[in-house]
Amino acid sequence: MRNLMYRLDVKGSPYLYIVPFFLLFAAFGIFPLAYTAWVSLHEWSLLSETHTFLGLQNYQELFADEYFWNALRNTAQIWVLSTVPQLLMALVLAHVLNQRLRAPTFWRMTAVLPNITSVAAVAIIFGQIFGKDYGLVNWILETLGLGRIDWQAGTASSQIAISVMILWRWTGYNALIYLAAMQAVNKDLYDAASLDGASSFQQLTRITVPAIRPTIIFTVIVSTIGGMQVLAEPLLFGGGSMTGGSDRQFQTLSLYLYEVAFSRFDFGYASTAAWAMFGIIVIVAAINYFLTSRLRRS
Amino acid sequence: MTDTLTRPKSAPEAPVPAPSRRYKGFVERRPGKLTYLALTGLALFSAFPLYWSFVVGSHDNGILGEVPPPLGLGPNLFENIERAFGTIDFAKALANSFMVSGAITISVVLFSTLAGFAFAKLRFRGRNALLVMVIATMMVPTQLGIIPLYMLMAKIEWTGTMYAVIAPGLVSAFGVFFMTQYLGEAVPTELIEAARADGCTTLRIFWHVVLPVSKPAAAVLGMLTFMTAWNDFFWPLVVLTPEDPTVQVALSALASGYITDFSLSLTGTIIATVPLLIVFVALGKHIIGGIMQGAIKG
Repeated sequence: MRNLMYRLDVKGSPYLYIVPFFLLFAAFGIFPLAYTAWVSLHEWSLLSETHTFLGLQNYQELFADEYFWNALRNTAQIWVLSTVPQLLMALVLAHVLNQRLRAPTFWRMTAVLPNITSVAAVAIIFGQIFGKDYGLVNWILETLGLGRIDWQAGTASSQIAISVMILWRWTGYNALIYLAAMQAVNKDLYDAASLDGASSFQQLTRITVPAIRPTIIFTVIVSTIGGMQVLAEPLLFGGGSMTGGSDRQFQTLSLYLYEVAFSRFDFGYASTAAWAMFGIIVIVAAINYFLTSRLRRS
Repeated sequence: MTDTLTRPKSAPEAPVPAPSRRYKGFVERRPGKLTYLALTGLALFSAFPLYWSFVVGSHDNGILGEVPPPLGLGPNLFENIERAFGTIDFAKALANSFMVSGAITISVVLFSTLAGFAFAKLRFRGRNALLVMVIATMMVPTQLGIIPLYMLMAKIEWTGTMYAVIAPGLVSAFGVFFMTQYLGEAVPTELIEAARADGCTTLRIFWHVVLPVSKPAAAVLGMLTFMTAWNDFFWPLVVLTPEDPTVQVALSALASGYITDFSLSLTGTIIATVPLLIVFVALGKHIIGGIMQGAIKG
């Protein structure tokens, strides 16, 4: 009897520990994601009880939808504008932090301070800083004799403003991720390089960057996924409007999804957009996997 | 993908890598004045937008239009705070945010520790497949399942209530991954085997061996979860109303509209940010440790 209980405990009880997680995760994580695919095949509105099956018609419409491509283009542009400088700055910052500093914790805390500020707060604060009439940036530009910019009105200017918000919030965070990876790099390499007269910058580009390349790829993919989710910044920068500016000049994919779902209440079509975004993420993840495994082989 | 995750390496040859609070592996470079100058620049860059919210939040709107704009603190902060509380029920919003974030934190830490223990230390059928699934879904933004999630909440009549915000946050794939990683290293398998040989049930092993060891990681996971839940924007915005909001939803309501009252909305960001700032100043060291251990939630 004891033996039976023992076997039951060893074989069966592990499942008891994971069941709560998987039950809740299935209900509120997996199920909604999978059901999105089903909804995307229907004409499905919050306002109507009947859901006509459409097959792939929503997808055909989506790929012909000018607003969708506009949002995709905006998302990609904002992603490039925010991610490229962000990761470069994070690399340099991590390199600077990777020294025998006085009060290292203090400097690291200043680096992640922006990250604990909520996206909503960041968007509102920078919305003021980039304001047309009372904004700080315009005041500086005017003082320099460059003239005011209506940041919200232009495509490039509005996307720059939004990218600055993202850049500000995530640079320090990525720097810490890089710093963690840099601390695992063999110190002897740097000592040898110093003896050979390599400058600090050369050490960064020749030793550090190749050594932490997997981490760099990893941050690229994480920021790609993050880039697909940019919503609060354009929403609040536009004063709560879901269109992302009068000409949709800074409407991102997530914001378009939000507009279709909760302004037009067209759940079927919004699900189609969501599933398309999921497809993009899968493609990016696949490219990442391909790159990483090739790196490992070489 | 797991091997691209970064974590500070504790000595690999040590059989029991104690969860070290010290950061090792500094590069032996003597930082000069230039380094500290750059870091001071970083600190200003990080802190300025937050400081600016205090500048704007402590002034009357009229003064903001003046040239040059005020760069120091003004006398109107408390008046603006009173006005913000009068415009939107921030007391309720703060209480809601504390409740939501607290409930999510407790639940995530509990279920992640349970599942992390099973994945790291117990042998059972399907373990590897399930763990791969957890890691894969970690990369998928749950935001994409928002439409069926909304339909679900509408069906069980939870929309507009805090249940709707708490339920999807109760478990996190990242949390399970985080605890699995930690417990895999921190709990020696021999200890578990010895306890079993002495006739301990799995539950007793969890209670007496695993739980005490998991405390530091649980604390870090708890802090990260609390901050993420506190700052969560999109889902609460979708499912709640401005009459019964979380802090971020209240903030969004305050900042939306054609004419923005900047003093008011930036005062709102102060109210929303200060609670986390206090946590950050008190526990920042551990939060940084958590991020550097591969906190990749974005």
